[in-house]
Order: sequence, then C-alpha cells, then structure tokens
Amino acid sequence: MTISYFFQQLLNGLSLGGAYALIAIGYTMVYGILRMINFAHGDVFMMAGYFAIYSMAAFPWQLSLPIVIIGTIVLGVVIERIAYKPLRTAPRMSVMISAIGVSYFLENLANYLFTAMPQSYPQIDILKQIHTFGDITVSRVTIIAPIITIVLTFLLMTLVNHTKLGMAMRACSKDQDTARIMGIKVDRVITMTFVIGCGLAAIGSILYFTDRNTVQPYSGSLPGLKCFVAAVLGGIGSIPGAMVGGFIVGICQIAITAAGYSVFSDAFTFVLLIFILIIRPTGIFGEKATDKV
Amino acid sequence: MLEIRDLSVSYGGIRAVRSISFDVNDGEICTLIGSNGAGKSTTLKSIIGLVKPESGSIKIDGKEIMGQQTNEIVTEGITLVPEGRHVFPDMSVLENLKIGAYMRTDSLTDDIDYVYDLFPRLKERSWQPAGTLSGGEQQMLAVGRALMSKPKIIMMDEPSLGLAPIIVQGIFDIIKEINKQGVTVLLIEQNANMALKIAHSAYVMETGAITLRGTGEELAKNDEIKAAYLGAKIKH
Repeated sequence: MTISYFFQQLLNGLSLGGAYALIAIGYTMVYGILRMINFAHGDVFMMAGYFAIYSMAAFPWQLSLPIVIIGTIVLGVVIERIAYKPLRTAPRMSVMISAIGVSYFLENLANYLFTAMPQSYPQIDILKQIHTFGDITVSRVTIIAPIITIVLTFLLMTLVNHTKLGMAMRACSKDQDTARIMGIKVDRVITMTFVIGCGLAAIGSILYFTDRNTVQPYSGSLPGLKCFVAAVLGGIGSIPGAMVGGFIVGICQIAITAAGYSVFSDAFTFVLLIFILIIRPTGIFGEKATDKV
Repeated sequence: MLEIRDLSVSYGGIRAVRSISFDVNDGEICTLIGSNGAGKSTTLKSIIGLVKPESGSIKIDGKEIMGQQTNEIVTEGITLVPEGRHVFPDMSVLENLKIGAYMRTDSLTDDIDYVYDLFPRLKERSWQPAGTLSGGEQQMLAVGRALMSKPKIIMMDEPSLGLAPIIVQGIFDIIKEINKQGVTVLLIEQNANMALKIAHSAYVMETGAITLRGTGEELAKNDEIKAAYLGAKIKH
C-alpha cells in the first residue's frame, strides 16, 4: 500500500463520514428532545435525493439546492405533525413504531412515484470538479464534505449553547413540564429540532449522492441505519458525539472496503453497534447518569 | 386575584380533585395543607395547565385561564416552583435564572441582581452547574428562577420537602420576604406548622376536597388540625 493510496482512501473516508455525520446529528437531536429513534430519518434523506433530481431538472443548481433543503425540511415537519405529534402523551414505543411506519410509507411512496429503477443523480459541476495532488485524484465534494460538516456542527453547537432557542432546546430535552412552566412553547421547539435535523440531512444527502451517482427508493435505509449506529457510537443525544461517530463509521467503512473486504463493510457497522452496546452503552460522549437526589 | 370554582380533576378514572373552590387574595400568602395524596399538587398543576381539569373555572383577575396552554397561562403573571425543585441540572445557576425569564425581552440585569441579593449563595455559585448544588441551594434557585418571570402570583409545591430544618426556616423567611415585596403566594405544604405560621389564609384538603378554611392563625389553633397535622394530641 502506497502512501498516496492511503491518503486517497482517508479522504474518501472523511467525505463519506462527513455525510454520515450530518445525518447522525438528526437522529441524535430528535432523540435528545423526544427520547425516540426517528427511524424515518434515513428515508427523509433518500427523499432529499429525489428532490434534487427533480429540482435540478428544472432549475440551475444555485436555485435547486435551497429548494432541496427547504423541501426536505417541509417533509420532516409534516411527518412530525402527522405521525409524532398526536402521540405526544403516548408511550415512547408507540412513537417509535409510528416512525417505522413512516419509514415504510416513504419507501413505498418513492417506489410508486419514482419507480424502483435507480435514477442518476444530477451532476453539480462545482462539486464534481477533479483536483489532483501528486498521485491523489479527488473530486471537490470529497474535500469539502468534511469541512462543511465541521463548520455546520460548530454553528449548531453555538446555536445550542449560546442562543435562547438553544437554551429552550436543552431545557426541553431535560424536563418538558418544567420547560413549559418557564413559558417555553415545547411544540415549537420540537418543530425547530426537526427543521434543523432535516436541513442537515438534506445537505448530507447532496454530499452523499454526488459521490454515488444514483438514487433508488431504498437508498436511505442502509445509510440511515449506519448513521443511527454512528449516533449511538458517539453517544446518542450528543451533537459532537454524532459528528465523531459519523466520521468513525465512514472511515471504517472505506478502510474495510479498501482492504479488500467490501463484503463485510456493512456487517462491520453492526458488529460495531453490538460492541458499543456491550462495552460502553452511553457512547463516547454519552450523557452521564448523575441524578443527584 | 386567583379564583378557583368547582374545580374537578381526574387521573385515569380516579378523581384526584373533587369540585373545590377557593380564592387567593391580592398580596396574601395562602396555603393549602393536607396529607400526601390529598390532591394539592394536582390542584397547582391544573392551575398552571400541566394537567387538564375535568370541569370548573380558574380565573386570574377575572380572566378565565382554564384550558389554556401552560405557556399562555404563565404570561398572565403566574408561575410554579415545582415539587422536587426541578432545576435544569446541566445548566449553570445563571442560565437557570435566565431561562426563568424566557418570555421576557427586556434587560435582566436588575432582576438577576435582585435574586442574588435575596440568595447570596447563588451568586457565589453563578457558574456552577445547578446539578452540583445542595438541596437547599437548588430550592433557592428554583424560587429565584420563578421570580425572574416577575410573577404576580407564585405557587410553591412543597418547598420544604427533604430539606434540613434550619434551611426550611430560611426558605420560609424568603417566602415572607417575597410576599412583603408584593408578590402573592400560594403555598402547598405538608409541614403545616410552618405554613400556618406565615399564611394569611389557609385551606385544608383531604381526599380531593377542601374540608376546612380560615385564617392561618385560626387553623393553627383548631383542635382537629392540631391532631391531624401538627402532632398534638386532643385532650378528652
């Protein structure tokens, strides 16, 4: 293995990891506030892929990308209204089952609307430009994906830790009734959480599909599960944890593929999940359970 | 100021509060005493809108608030210090105070200073996460946080629960002090002795209904109350 091959693969891993991280943040934020795993998140990401195909067919990319992001946000908020909000006082398991239902619904809807044939993802020239550094050849998206991810995570952390909305989010994730007494509109905070999570998933989908070229109705299910693993690995509920987890899962997947064991790359992710749950169930940055009575 | 009429609340088929009526007058300390499970906490939770009442009416200054969302009710100038304090453990003391003023958009500096004057201990611990405070300090913080919304009425659910007697005394002194500054207080207590001492008016709740009412002083002298809540034996 040459050094340049190593760096080539490392860059690919960081790029895939960046896309995973953006999706994993959506899982972790929704978990943080509703204490449930939004199994439909991967399929929202898949729908974002189709949104891009259809909006790029009609508009230039400068206009399409905002359309994709806004469309995905609207989809996420509508799902929350219809499938999760009516179950606010129901046991958490009911909401989770509802999420699984939404996931199947979106997959079948995509199947019906767009057929099961893989459709080619539009080429955004500015992302597809090829850069060559010595022996390494990478597209621009490979380089900017991890940068975008780190910048967005940083902005999100600033929002959560230093703004009034962020304060309300942290309050709701700890204690919704007390948050209500403070005058916080809990439903609005939950909606904002979905807005942010789905917006990031849309950006993640652009980065991910630009590198992979096709979208089909089940494109979201496996990446969705992997990002869920990434969120658990980082410590579900923790935003920096989701970012780190996303990078680890992405880099591991590319490393295994590069080593010639691509057959096992998916299995590895889930073996990783089992190991985390056995060794450190709270993940790398997991919440400490220090309830002082 | 606060007018409760025929309020009934049910929890999964059990009637926790049965058609109670009472008033809290402007500027007074009113207390609701009674044993565990009498429906006191449920009453406060229905006033603040965390529990949906079955029937009745709750008015603040003549304005009906029953059935409204909690965030709308608190804008009417009422707040609750919940049982068990419920400070936000990962936030600093200062952030907990700021979140108490979540609905306000004006400057908070004066009010933070006011709370720190009232509780100098909190000022020393301004940057500490609230979860690391002692029980008494957390109770002070919960009261301070409630004051940050500049309430007309402050409701307190068992502020003495689980605190050392000397700290309890401190908390009751603060309640009197807050009241002197013009805030109406509705206090729920199992520590009837302390509550009746500072209350202007008092109500006794038993199994969801109000069984006795009077001034704090009257009830403190009442033989039944003495026997049931104050630990004195009735002489026959």
